[in-house]
Amino acid sequence: MSVPLSWYLILAAALFSIGLFGVLSRKNAIAILLGVELMLNAVNINLVAFWRYLDPSQMGGQVFAVIVFAVAAAEVAVGLALIISVYRRRKTVVADEIDLMKW
Amino acid sequence: MTADRIIFILCAALILASGLMVVITRKLIHAALWLVAALFGVAILYAILQASFLAVVQVVVYIGAIAILFIFAVMLTRREMLDKGAQTRSNWWLPALLGFLILVGLVFLILGQPAFAQPAAALPAGIDTLRSLGTALISPDAYVLPFEVASVLLLAALVGAVYIATGKKE
Repeated sequence: MSVPLSWYLILAAALFSIGLFGVLSRKNAIAILLGVELMLNAVNINLVAFWRYLDPSQMGGQVFAVIVFAVAAAEVAVGLALIISVYRRRKTVVADEIDLMKW
Repeated sequence: MTADRIIFILCAALILASGLMVVITRKLIHAALWLVAALFGVAILYAILQASFLAVVQVVVYIGAIAILFIFAVMLTRREMLDKGAQTRSNWWLPALLGFLILVGLVFLILGQPAFAQPAAALPAGIDTLRSLGTALISPDAYVLPFEVASVLLLAALVGAVYIATGKKE
């Protein structure tokens, strides 16, 4: 384990930035959710790396990562259900065209 | 340059290249498959970090469930915008600039902390991380309440997802 902690943090920062770019630049709503998944994974890398490098006897980092897994699964299930429901009614998956509630 | 540094660099290259392909590739089904590659790289990272349970959960939950859910959703909605027009907004350079600035700022902050430059200490002898994770998840003086709240959240979200995705009965 000669890899310094900063390498993991920089990798997670890069993955987070890529995910942020995907969320903000893609038109397709499903592609936006793909970007959100990348960002959640970047957060998880950070949590597990801090757990391993700072105090492996405290399990808080891993427990939080498990909770992030559960939240990610819930987010994807609800998000994709909403997208499929919108697609069934409006025949579109473009985020810009889903503007019924736009003021 | 020791062996674990080389493994880390290969793994990071896999994750970043796949992640980049996820956000720039045109066909959405390919983006979902690149996401599988990126998630697999993250699972390797968990294995390197000796978080064995999380590495298995990453493969089972993320690749086995979430990525497959994405592929199903892409297939159900794929006739739209498959080969017409751009897949990204016209002002895509603005998010690219924002992401780059955030990355530069974070790298600057991380490299400025001398505590982050140290390699990891070896795991203390006699500590079983898998056993202590299981104990922490169900112990009343540790994390049983957040764990149960997360399970209730997951149940509610899945019930809601089934309700939303089911069409109106004719």
